[in-house]
Amino acid sequence: MKTVKYISPVGMLGGGFTAEYFYEALEGGVDFVAVDSGSTDGGPINLGGDKYIMSHAAIKRDLRIILIGARRHRIPMLVGSCGGSGGNWNLNWIWEIVQEIAAEEGLHFRVALIEAEPDRELLVRKYREGRFRPLQPAPDIDEDVLVRTRRIVGMMGPEPFIEALNNGADVVLAGRSSDAALFSAFPLSKGMPAGPTWHAAKILECGGAAVDQMVKPEGMHCTVAEDYFEVTPLGPDQTSSPLSVAAHALYETANPYRMAEPGGVMHLDDVQYEKAGGRSVRVRGSRFEPGPYTIKLEGADFVGYRSQMLGAIADPAILDDFDTWLDDAKAGAEFAAERTLGADLLRECVIDYRVFGRNGALGSREPRSQERYHELALLILVLAPTQELASTVTGILAQTILHFAVPRWKGLVSNLAYPAAPQVVELGPAYNFVLNHVVEVDHPLELFSIRYEEI
Amino acid sequence: MATLGSMAQLIRSKNAGPWMLTVDIMFSDAETYRHVVSTGVITAALVEDMFGVPSGQVEIFEYNPANAIKISFPRSRPNGHPLDTDLFGGQQFAPLVDLEIPDLR
Repeated sequence: MKTVKYISPVGMLGGGFTAEYFYEALEGGVDFVAVDSGSTDGGPINLGGDKYIMSHAAIKRDLRIILIGARRHRIPMLVGSCGGSGGNWNLNWIWEIVQEIAAEEGLHFRVALIEAEPDRELLVRKYREGRFRPLQPAPDIDEDVLVRTRRIVGMMGPEPFIEALNNGADVVLAGRSSDAALFSAFPLSKGMPAGPTWHAAKILECGGAAVDQMVKPEGMHCTVAEDYFEVTPLGPDQTSSPLSVAAHALYETANPYRMAEPGGVMHLDDVQYEKAGGRSVRVRGSRFEPGPYTIKLEGADFVGYRSQMLGAIADPAILDDFDTWLDDAKAGAEFAAERTLGADLLRECVIDYRVFGRNGALGSREPRSQERYHELALLILVLAPTQELASTVTGILAQTILHFAVPRWKGLVSNLAYPAAPQVVELGPAYNFVLNHVVEVDHPLELFSIRYEEI
Repeated sequence: MATLGSMAQLIRSKNAGPWMLTVDIMFSDAETYRHVVSTGVITAALVEDMFGVPSGQVEIFEYNPANAIKISFPRSRPNGHPLDTDLFGGQQFAPLVDLEIPDLR
């Protein structure tokens, strides 16, 4: 029976795993290794601000082990959503690390680099042709958004990976990719059926996360067969169970039965999870329904610079009637800022007050309340066109609230316990996700460009 | 009456992409899961009441293979937006923990 075997050594490149378990698993005969490097959880700053998520040292450590293992066994290594967001800067950052490792280890191989930032004129043309479709919820967009946005990436399907493999790439470094496409590409290229291939990929994209107890991250081994797939944790002390694998379909997905991919939708209604002996789980009944080929876009727009201040308040004289006091203090602080900077400059700023201890985590969605608090923390976040203005406004607001009168006391008070110096912290440039759309493409490679390098 | 938090083995929330939040309520056995489902307490109307999210934007799934209920709804803002309060969406489930689940007759 035809099978494809592969390893996902870690859920996110740089997350760490035990080298011995990985090398041992490779000895069992594996067709390829793939690892996801991406996440949008860090927010739009990774894409918009050309920033990595996992550190250089952590990425290099993991990459070195995977690269050495893959080259020793002459099997392809695929990396998806390079450097966090999968933008061109992030892709190149990973490419530089790969070159460092190759030089240090004396490795030679053929690399495919797949860029995921589509040509903007092409996007505008598709927008004019009505080939954008909003997902839910999507912000309103226009052509200007497609031109102006700092960085836009398309989430590639398996086809660019397959193209690179067919052109002899030993190592594929890809920009923004569907996590599941990264792990589906090789099995699909070998003619494995789409149902088990895609569902397996969805489980494997998180490394060995679908285990009973995730004490420390380790990888996962996968066998894709004609009518099932089977997963086995690489950590010898880790077990997976039908429940742990089934539960993984819930993680970070809005719908556990339907998962949209560039060329169709996974249908997981009739899936059976069974123990397969040892620490393995076998999964049957996964389906993939082909559909119109669309590419999901992500865009990070620059919106200004931010500064913040955090101060704790423990004085019962304030907390007894906190809302009234805070309203007065905010009014006094904004009066002071306007007096110093003028109304025009202040209008260019967005000032956000958050009260921790009450609704710092949920904001306006917090339904719970309390009669009395013994400590609250006030966070002020200011967004402004320049870093200097953001910090200036934050500083004036903080200073005014620090000394703002408390009705019960007479004389000068200091109302905020700053947990660290400096009390005003510069957060740097701020970005915002501005696209939640898919775009119809003429063919799966249309938005992506592949170049090859020999190393 | 018992709270949802005392019956579930895990209640968690997380981003499902930059624009959506998803809450998983998982039970260690099918019996408890079935009980909570059959009380009919967890509805889109409850989510609207609790979080102020319009019920038409709330999706609820019963996921038998993992004895789990999933609730998905849009974030107030995409994660990392200057006014976003929870970058990973990891704490948005909290008010559900003390939800009272009626006993079955």
